[in-house]
Amino acid sequence: MTSSLPVIFTLAERELVRFFRQRNRVIGALVQPILFWLLFSEGLKQQNLGYQHFFPGTLAMILLFTAIFATISIIEDRNEGFLQGVLVAPIPRFAMVLGKVLGGAAIALIQAILFLLLGWASSVVTPTPTDALLGTILMAVMAVALTSLGFAIAWRMDSSQGFHAIMSVFLLPMWLLSGAFFRQGADGLLGWVVAVNPLTYGVAGLRRYIEHANGMDRLATDAIPGVPPLWLCWSVSIAFAVVLLFACWRIAAARTAGDLK
Amino acid sequence: MALGVRTLLLSTPRTTGFSARRAFNFDGLKSPSYILSTTPALSLSHLTHRYGERVAVDDLSLEVAPREVFVLLGPNGSGKTSLFRLLSTLIPIQSGEASLFGFDIRTQAAEVRQRLGVVFQAPSLDKKLTVAENLRHHGRLYGLGGSELARRMEQILGRLKLTDRANDRVETLSGGLRRRAELAKGLLHDPQLLLLDEPSTGLDPAARIDLWRYLLQLRDEQGMTIVATTHLLDEAERADRIGIMHAGKLVALDTPAALQASIGGDTILIRTADPAALAVAINDKLSADARVMDSVVRLEQPAGAEWLAKLLASFGPQIQSVTLGKPTLEDVFIARTGHRFFDEPTEEPDPKKKKKRTRQ
Repeated sequence: MTSSLPVIFTLAERELVRFFRQRNRVIGALVQPILFWLLFSEGLKQQNLGYQHFFPGTLAMILLFTAIFATISIIEDRNEGFLQGVLVAPIPRFAMVLGKVLGGAAIALIQAILFLLLGWASSVVTPTPTDALLGTILMAVMAVALTSLGFAIAWRMDSSQGFHAIMSVFLLPMWLLSGAFFRQGADGLLGWVVAVNPLTYGVAGLRRYIEHANGMDRLATDAIPGVPPLWLCWSVSIAFAVVLLFACWRIAAARTAGDLK
Repeated sequence: MALGVRTLLLSTPRTTGFSARRAFNFDGLKSPSYILSTTPALSLSHLTHRYGERVAVDDLSLEVAPREVFVLLGPNGSGKTSLFRLLSTLIPIQSGEASLFGFDIRTQAAEVRQRLGVVFQAPSLDKKLTVAENLRHHGRLYGLGGSELARRMEQILGRLKLTDRANDRVETLSGGLRRRAELAKGLLHDPQLLLLDEPSTGLDPAARIDLWRYLLQLRDEQGMTIVATTHLLDEAERADRIGIMHAGKLVALDTPAALQASIGGDTILIRTADPAALAVAINDKLSADARVMDSVVRLEQPAGAEWLAKLLASFGPQIQSVTLGKPTLEDVFIARTGHRFFDEPTEEPDPKKKKKRTRQ
């Protein structure tokens, strides 16, 4: 394990360096959610849902988009050939997976923190420093989960076009149905889908820490309709991350001819 | 009959090394010094690899000695790239045995990978990173770090004359420089065996000569074993030994000189308006073994010069041009397989033809 740490670190570092060298990726990943946040918030003002309401959802969106796009690069790595060099190196597969996932998660977290600072500076959200810190840790867990999800999907793909299809039929709805957009509590099928969506609990946790749901100014541990309690938010988010990370490791450890292309 | 050919060709280098490896396996010894002194650098026995129904590597056995420069020569589709992937641990071994310095490629992948330097045909550098960054990441993957990594990087960049480009991004480098950086990456962790897939891809002739000069230098100065695949005939001539692959099988294995000598005599190539008719005419009149390949009539005869006179006397008017040459590796390939080197191997070679040619 100790000998794997430099491997994990070096692969994660590469992800970060690559990302920040591609200006358009940085701009795209940060500007798009801000744009969505402004548009949704403005558009739904009459519904008594303002800038605050969409803030946690926008954070989740930044995490989702950045994490997912960071892991699409595994397809590039494969097609451009970098991956073959990593695959023949004397490193365990879990180190390769962790390097990639933690690198992608770090990119996502950095962007989410920038957005959080923006919200703080503009007084849209006013969490206490402790709440902001706990919210950031929760975002780190969510980032790992979402990056792992992206990795698991992208590992066997040979083109990023295929990934975009999955993005629009699976990942975007997952975000829309996470309570980021609609408050949970809807009856019937929709409510059920929201309840089983693991991302719901991440968004709800952020709502409690950062938005201070229902206008409470202290850490909201009270029962609020439609917002799950914190212990559940943490448990589901951590389980989500662990299960997906494990899945990535299993998927990547199966050495087949598919490793090549 | 294919088996008969192979055993004949493989006889001498195999027997000794094979028994040594056996002894090592049974004793279960793992001391590297012991391995270096007795085991071959690379040992393959009955290696077979299938993609679905298609057999890419067919019951291949081979041994490469330490400090040997070994080239696997074969046209596209002959199975050499599949073999490269098996040896580089990119794809798992399906059946047969393969070991590198006594370490089983199937079960001891970590030990094998540490000793193996791989230079891929397709680029494996990250284009968005600089040469130095690429090397640093590679070094860490192989357990290097700190001052040791810095020292090796400086050394390899210097040796490959890349020092002044070290901080340039790979995407700004020319094709030749990229290949050199790939080589630097493959050598950084000081492998015992360097495995190269079509190393000359994208290199101009001068750069190709430089590359081979450097590879031979590595062998001489550091005792490195070098295994390369190529489809370039002139490149194969630089090797200590050549294995010629066709349709997944090893059809020849020897030194370049011995392979060329095995053809015996000279090769005569005749260009003419109607090659098929001329070949038939030559065979009828002079009872020779002329064949048409690629619209050229070709003949192999022990005393080429005398034959030239005979041919010109009988068929002078029909001959547009005639070439007399010593056998090349391409002639060896044709003799062993009955195929032209650049033919697409769409079907199995005719076994009868093969038998006849190899027993001449």
